[in-house]
Amino acid sequence: MDVTVRIRRYDPEVENPESYWQEYPVTMDDSATVLDALIKIREEQDGTLSLRCSCRSSICGSCAMRINGHAGLACKTQASSALTDGNTIVIEPAGVMPVVKDLVVDFSLFWDKIREVVPYLQPQGDEPEAEYIASNESMLHLSSVTACIMCGSCVSDCTVMEVDPTFLGPAALAKAYRFTADPRDGDEKGVSQERLEQLVEPTGMWDCTRCGECVSACPKGVDPMGRIMALRDQAMESGLNNSNGARHAEAFVDIVGHSGSLNEALLPVKTVGITNIPGLMSFLPVGLRALTHGKMPPLIHPNIENVQNVRKLVKKLEDPPLD
Amino acid sequence: MKYAFFPGCVARGGCPELYGAAKLICQRLGIELQEMPGASCTGAGVLQEKNEFLGDTLNARTFAMAEDLGLQIMTICSTCQGVMSQANHRMRKDPEYLARVNKELAVEGLEYKGTANPKHLLWVMIEDVGLDKLTELITRPLSGIRMAPFYGCYLVRPTDALDMEEHPERLTALEQVIETLGATVVDFSGKTRCCGFPILTINETNSVAMVAKHTLDVKDLGADAMVTPCPLCHLNLDGYQPKAQAQAQRKIDMPILHLPQAIGLAMGISRKELGLQKHIVSTKALMVKVGAA
Repeated sequence: MDVTVRIRRYDPEVENPESYWQEYPVTMDDSATVLDALIKIREEQDGTLSLRCSCRSSICGSCAMRINGHAGLACKTQASSALTDGNTIVIEPAGVMPVVKDLVVDFSLFWDKIREVVPYLQPQGDEPEAEYIASNESMLHLSSVTACIMCGSCVSDCTVMEVDPTFLGPAALAKAYRFTADPRDGDEKGVSQERLEQLVEPTGMWDCTRCGECVSACPKGVDPMGRIMALRDQAMESGLNNSNGARHAEAFVDIVGHSGSLNEALLPVKTVGITNIPGLMSFLPVGLRALTHGKMPPLIHPNIENVQNVRKLVKKLEDPPLD
Repeated sequence: MKYAFFPGCVARGGCPELYGAAKLICQRLGIELQEMPGASCTGAGVLQEKNEFLGDTLNARTFAMAEDLGLQIMTICSTCQGVMSQANHRMRKDPEYLARVNKELAVEGLEYKGTANPKHLLWVMIEDVGLDKLTELITRPLSGIRMAPFYGCYLVRPTDALDMEEHPERLTALEQVIETLGATVVDFSGKTRCCGFPILTINETNSVAMVAKHTLDVKDLGADAMVTPCPLCHLNLDGYQPKAQAQAQRKIDMPILHLPQAIGLAMGISRKELGLQKHIVSTKALMVKVGAA
């Protein structure tokens, strides 16, 4: 198999360093991985190419990079399945984190976030006489989260971190869930209230856009976004409802439960809070622009036909009768 | 060709021009649309954060209504498509779960049999109408127009719920339509990224920064316009572009077209009928270039 590997390179040691593209023709087996191709280039053509790799079997998490624009492990990606435009593979360093050289990025940001969520069990209350007991179900549930190999693929492709590196991000939030969902963490009931209180703050769980990039990028099926959604659920369940995010979700249910469809004029009002005057004022310019362009949603929102059926459903499934 | 039409809330609320433009092009394409006035909101993924089972039940209710009409569902919203596909995926792979949902629907005398296959207009164009048929209806090719695609997250991820393996053509559907219209595709890595809309009321600074990034990226690549099959992306990319300009301190002026508007323009439909005067970012310069001023 003859392929062209197009690599985004960067050398910090030259005068006025700037990234640039370099192409390498490589001949290799049909079964070769992208990492095989990169190692072959480094060994046979260009010893200056820098990359991280170790286990070659998607366990160590060293070789995360962007392959054709999306993050993944070079060792887990077959070269034959990554060909674009016939025979080209486009390789770039992971996103969000600063590039050190070529395909090597600085993971400081990644580790800072992981440390920020206090990644170890913090049980409260009295110690049990023997060991802490955790059910098989709870551990099975957590096994896919603990499968994280800290490769940084999710962080690389996170759409929020791309514009705001203060966001905790998918890896750290999934790691946080690994503890909030562990029955040994938090109080006797396994509720990690203090963790959740920190995680509902700005830059935490509610800043995720639910774009799903992290789910696609993760090579181990950790489903970071799903964990963030589960964190939101835990936060609302434990009474942490005083955030725009929680109000947004609750208002959505209320509005659909009332009229069957979305009332776009009411949703933002309920989200920032009806008594939050500065928050409400911030919508004015946008509302006025919409109004002058004939785009303002109707202020008197029509209900869907037979809306009483949806109202009943929402009421029943939101407040299920006690058995 | 007939579908149960699920326009979604935004196409009748904040983006009424989308609804009108979609009806116009469907008429020309010979697509008959049966409205479902009793269908509810899909939950947009937000309601699901609080109660996924409720969200799935509401979508199953809509699917059951379409089954009763003997029709498949067509939507014009990437978000509705994604949320419906995800709900359908969960119910179809787990008969017990579907049975639980149906127990709730029985109160209303409805049952979802699991045969729904909701499709976005974009997929209908490629898979059911066919690009040959579209080509026949083009009277004003958008030649010389450089157009950037912007899919909306829910139309591209998660790939299993969206049947991408069975339908790999869906991954490039928007580019295929843009080319068929006679325009030049401006490819950019942001085309499948997030527009920022879901966090608009939670972290407006980040949301607007995403608008600035995508619109400036395509501007720097020489795009004349961006086209999107998602009205929520449109609300942000168009409606919040003035704020993005202020944040980035750069002039952007990137017209954002709804997919049916781009198709309608190439079919020779007037600017006004397509509601192109209703955008926040002016489409006038683009119309001069298209010859539709």
